[in-house]
Amino acid sequence: MIRSISTIAFFLLLLVSWEIASRSGVWSPVLLPSPLNVLEYMWQATRDGSLWSATLVTMKRLLLGYGIGLLVGVPLGLLTSRFRILQDTLGLLALGIQTLPSVCWVPLALLWFGQTEAAMLFVVVMGTLWSVLIATSDGVRSMPPIYLRAARTMGSKGLHTWFNVILPASLPYLIGGMKQGWAFAWRSLMAAEIFVTILTGFGLGQLLQYGRELLAMDQVVAIMVIIVAIGLLADRILFSPWERFFHKRWGTGSMN
Amino acid sequence: MSLENELANTAPERIEATNITKSFTTERGKVVALDNVSVKVGEGEFLCLVGPSGCGKSTLLNLIAGLDQPDSGQILANGENISGPGRDRMVMFQEHALFPWLDVMGNVLFGLRLKPGLNSKERQEVAKYYLDLVGLEKFEHANIHELSGGMKQRVALARALAPNPRVLLMDEPFAALDALTREHLYGDIQRIWEARRKTIIFVTHNVREAACLGDRVLLFSPNPGRIRAEFRIELPRPRDINSVELARYSTEITTALKGFTAAQGKEASE
Repeated sequence: MIRSISTIAFFLLLLVSWEIASRSGVWSPVLLPSPLNVLEYMWQATRDGSLWSATLVTMKRLLLGYGIGLLVGVPLGLLTSRFRILQDTLGLLALGIQTLPSVCWVPLALLWFGQTEAAMLFVVVMGTLWSVLIATSDGVRSMPPIYLRAARTMGSKGLHTWFNVILPASLPYLIGGMKQGWAFAWRSLMAAEIFVTILTGFGLGQLLQYGRELLAMDQVVAIMVIIVAIGLLADRILFSPWERFFHKRWGTGSMN
Repeated sequence: MSLENELANTAPERIEATNITKSFTTERGKVVALDNVSVKVGEGEFLCLVGPSGCGKSTLLNLIAGLDQPDSGQILANGENISGPGRDRMVMFQEHALFPWLDVMGNVLFGLRLKPGLNSKERQEVAKYYLDLVGLEKFEHANIHELSGGMKQRVALARALAPNPRVLLMDEPFAALDALTREHLYGDIQRIWEARRKTIIFVTHNVREAACLGDRVLLFSPNPGRIRAEFRIELPRPRDINSVELARYSTEITTALKGFTAAQGKEASE
């Protein structure tokens, strides 16, 4: 209770100081819109449907790219953890590529795929895949070997060991990797949407970019707020329940 | 298979290890963990393996468990060659090795689920029986991290007993526990051994513990790992770890242990 009150108080304070700053007249209202302007834009854009359709387009791209990243990254990560040859090759490649900011994929994607959905998807997958792969592989390798020995004495082997020991033992790491992958996918998609203009759909990133071109700062800030909100919401809905479950079962970390 | 059949005592197994040699390559070179060691364990016998660390006692246990293979020599369980882990030989490790993603019940059920011939209700009944046997019937839904060290080892014991093995292999299972908890468990393990008639091979570096639990105590020496002496503990059960008679045995074993450790020290310094 006290915690939610302090959360609300903090954000209220933030909004009020923002409003005061924009009203002080020190900065041009073109550069610093007031929170009320931003809210007004959100209301309008919601009513004319442009915000909703942009969010839908973006979420579709995000989920598709993220899904592909997971579907490829998790199995590759599992394999990398078990075979040294893959660890020394694919693992190293992943580690290297993972350090590449995902926006660096945009020029390549544009040249290869042109201004298409495929280019967008490519950037998101590249941004997600490698970090998921590494997190998965690290997770499995940090599993205490005693679990495998214990499982073997009870007659577990092959796929049974994979599904009943290795996967559950590394689930907390997997969730961590998926969370990181989600953040990376989000970043990559925004980079792609800002730099790749395509006619098949206007996403949030494109709305942001148009806001800049039109000098509509209320739009720019509104889209940024929405991006943050979606990120927070996804964390709360997709990952938090899992993390809470692990804290409870494993007894790891602080309860929150 | 009926529940009664499942819970009935199985015949304990006879283990014969003959001329076992096993070495490992470490960073500091080759270590001969076991050098031509032969051991016979009778049906239903409680055998303790004692010795300083690195004497190969845990290695021998792992070989009998089928988790490792010897370089040479043969290990038979009731006359049959051991080629890998088997449900007839269950292991209890020093670290409890319980699965933190499962609750207490889930851990005990893990091995039972891999055992054919039981339906899910029977498995539950069997698991409850063993949790009851180790005194944890009220904790079936507890998470592993909520249990004390002693309770964790009790769950590990229930998990090892649940598939009704003929041999129980225990690798320093009480080493990480405090003295009071250990004393409780000495009583429990003797009671369970009498009730369930298993062959037990128990590895420890605690001489008193070995004298308290074993019918027979084998003393190992390291570099290379060999059996140095054998003691038969002729005391009635249940035995009390603090009894005077037991102290006499443990003094005898400790003296022997010190004897060859000193001799080995001399050899090394020459």
